[in-house]
Amino acid sequence: MGATTDFAPENAALEARKLSVFYGDTEAVRGIDLRIPRNRVVAFIGPSGCGKSTLLRCFNRMNDLVPDARIQGEALFHGTNLYAPDVDPVEVRRRIGMVFQKPNPFPKSIYDNIAFGPRINGFRGDLDEVVERSLRRAALWDEVRDRLHSSALALSGGQQQRPCIARALAVEPEVLLMDEPASALDPIATQKIEELIYQLKQHYTVVIVTHNMQQAARVSEYTAFLYEGELIEYGPTDRLFTNPREERTEAYITGRFG
Amino acid sequence: MRRGCRKRGSPVRSGRDERLPVADETPVAGAAGHAAGAMPQVPGISPATAVGSTLPGRALTGPRSRRLRERTVGAILFAAAAVSMLTTLGIVAVLVVESAGFFAEVSPVEFLTGTRWTPQFRPQHFGVLPLLAGSILIAAGAALIALPIGVASAIYLSEYAHARVRRVIKPSLEVLAGVPTVVYGYFALTFITPWLRSIWPATDVFNAASAAIVVGIMIIPMVASLSEDAMSAVPRALREGAYALGARRFEVATRTVVPAALSGIVASFILALSRAFGETMAVTIAAGMTPRLTLNPFESVQTMTAYIAQVSLGETPVGTLEYRTIFAVGLALFAITLLMNIVSNFVLRRFREVYE
Amino acid sequence: MSADVHARSGHFRPRPRLRRTIGFVFAALCLAATLVGLVVLALLLVDVWGDGAHRLSLGFLTRFPSRLPERAGIRSALAGTLWTLGLTAAASFPVGVATAIWLEEYAADNRFTRLVRTNIANLAGVPSVVYGILGLALFVRALRLGNSIIAAALTLALMILPVIIIAAQEAIRAVPNSIRLGAYALGATRWQTIRQQVLPIAFPGILTGTILALSRAIGEAAPLIIVGALAFVPFTPTKLTDAFTVLPIQIFNWISRPQPAFHELAAAAILVLLAVLLGMNAIAIFLRNRYSRKL
Repeated sequence: MGATTDFAPENAALEARKLSVFYGDTEAVRGIDLRIPRNRVVAFIGPSGCGKSTLLRCFNRMNDLVPDARIQGEALFHGTNLYAPDVDPVEVRRRIGMVFQKPNPFPKSIYDNIAFGPRINGFRGDLDEVVERSLRRAALWDEVRDRLHSSALALSGGQQQRPCIARALAVEPEVLLMDEPASALDPIATQKIEELIYQLKQHYTVVIVTHNMQQAARVSEYTAFLYEGELIEYGPTDRLFTNPREERTEAYITGRFG
Repeated sequence: MRRGCRKRGSPVRSGRDERLPVADETPVAGAAGHAAGAMPQVPGISPATAVGSTLPGRALTGPRSRRLRERTVGAILFAAAAVSMLTTLGIVAVLVVESAGFFAEVSPVEFLTGTRWTPQFRPQHFGVLPLLAGSILIAAGAALIALPIGVASAIYLSEYAHARVRRVIKPSLEVLAGVPTVVYGYFALTFITPWLRSIWPATDVFNAASAAIVVGIMIIPMVASLSEDAMSAVPRALREGAYALGARRFEVATRTVVPAALSGIVASFILALSRAFGETMAVTIAAGMTPRLTLNPFESVQTMTAYIAQVSLGETPVGTLEYRTIFAVGLALFAITLLMNIVSNFVLRRFREVYE
Repeated sequence: MSADVHARSGHFRPRPRLRRTIGFVFAALCLAATLVGLVVLALLLVDVWGDGAHRLSLGFLTRFPSRLPERAGIRSALAGTLWTLGLTAAASFPVGVATAIWLEEYAADNRFTRLVRTNIANLAGVPSVVYGILGLALFVRALRLGNSIIAAALTLALMILPVIIIAAQEAIRAVPNSIRLGAYALGATRWQTIRQQVLPIAFPGILTGTILALSRAIGEAAPLIIVGALAFVPFTPTKLTDAFTVLPIQIFNWISRPQPAFHELAAAAILVLLAVLLGMNAIAIFLRNRYSRKL
């Protein structure tokens, strides 16, 4: 079937094992097995409603916040099941960060946005340094260094996503989950985000959900194609786009549906 | 045909978060050999940027103190919410228990059907109908004033007024609702009653009409505001459809919008009636202290609420039968207003127009 | 085809002129109705002012009530009102906001929660005298607080609790969900999210709603009559268990006397009460305008 790309377990930051998600009676994600390798960018693609965002949200326990959602199977983080009974979702979310589709900065200063994560996690140290480091990693430091204490909402819509990324980085996650991070942005802002993602993989494992296939092709090293909750194909991006093994994959990437 | 996957917005409700039974701070069993806090060294990541270098390294179970704090906060908040439940229980308990003492001596039949109310005189009669009639008379009179004016105001605000006008007028109407009821009582006694007597000299100094007028004025904002909300909820498309057929504005208002918003309008009527029923100070001041079973608004009457106030003001000793009448009347009042509120809610929900 | 033919085709009788007239009359009636309330309000204010303004003076504010109208003042009533305001606020604000937080952020959507919500909505419609009866039985007698200002404040607190809860709920609900999600995704616990993100945003709305609820509370006389506020109080409260009076009750007392001089005093006291309420509402509106911002 070619659905699972075989990464050795030690190299897998995240792993899904027969992972299913039910919303009430509907099975949104069906028995998925896959491994996400460390320090790589993996893209989830597929038509609207196929479960890619739902699958993404399994890895930082954000599905817990949806009243009807039920998980079956396992989601592993360095071999530990994230859904084990004694695992604290709050802790999980610190280690596995998320950037949302629509930028959602807090109505506070840029500094306080970024400092929020470290503060609530009991950080003792130089906050200024953490804020600067996160903003540098998000390629935003030079633009905002003089107005750290002005409101994050004063930034233009296209700019607001990068403080959100910086904010996520400030808690030092290992994995960064990005749910269509550029879909609400204009082309120039999108390009900046994509460049950023390329840089981020030095330090982080990145999983990005995107409905834009060209973006997936530009940014990721491995791509997983999902359809109606199932993992159809998963492999190196180049190969998946130029020489897909599954018929449905080929149909999707050539635009015959979705 | 298999249903496609649903895209779910995630309303952030309480859900499963924090509710998992959490064990102590021991490393997760079966993990691939992680010690608490130590993270595997990943090639390519320098130590300065390793996870846990600036933040306290922790196992995925999280610190126990945090779980404890969250649980405590949740318990405190729940206790606060319990206060509202306890309030209702308290009201019901007090009214029922004390009334039981009353009804041990006075038969409920006499209470509910008797037409004379003279607990403070001998011979004592305990028929609540005069008080009930007083309350109904005032409420009906108030409704007569407030309902037409309120709905007409709502129509004007919703269908005719410019946004700027509405922004000024709506809060001004709210001011009417904010005036303390003693002030309305004063106004009724010193302004409305003399005016009524100049028109209709047979009017008593204390009379139901005066009180009904001011109570009506007092509840206009309630009717207007709730009706206007109901009318604003009617989609523009409905109005536009009517206009496109050549209807004039008043026709659209009366034949399209009002019928569509009817459940909300009726619900507002009932709520306002309930409010009028429960009004105390204005009627105590203006309507009088004479329980009388009458339909004549120009006579003095006493409402259920005014009676309760009167006994409380007086010297009636605690524990006597006269004293306990407060609770019996209070129970009747509570039951009636509760019923009206429930009916209002029912009307609102049951008959609400669905527009899709 | 001329427009004429269409207009007279078949069975339509549009009667444009009649309907236009009706339209004008209707609009005028609706406008009149809207203005009736405002006109009456103006009448009321003029009437009260005319009756009582000449009795307003510094002495009026600082004198105690007396059997002689010239020597009577509202000192004890005003003090009682301010005391009640503070105590009621202290009792109702925390409980009300906490309940709203629980309902909006913690409670699962089950039958019990729905019951709590319905109950609160019903409590908002209970007549004030019933709260007075509850206060009498619970605070004055069962808890043996007597006819004291603390019993009065607690009674009023229970009365306005539903109002505060509903206002706070709306303010909390208005906070965009994306903020919460952003905070959770950073590893914030529920309480951290509420306290550091949600509440600061909801706070102006909560405050406004509370002030409006409090202004209702201090205009009330009925529940306090039942709880035992006195009418002739020649002292100001110094401790929680003191007897007391409040402005609405003083007003009621003076209105109930036959002498016109006391009616004038009542009018003057009304003016003071309205001034206090005006001040509170102005603060509420100011806060709402100052702090509501686009998120």
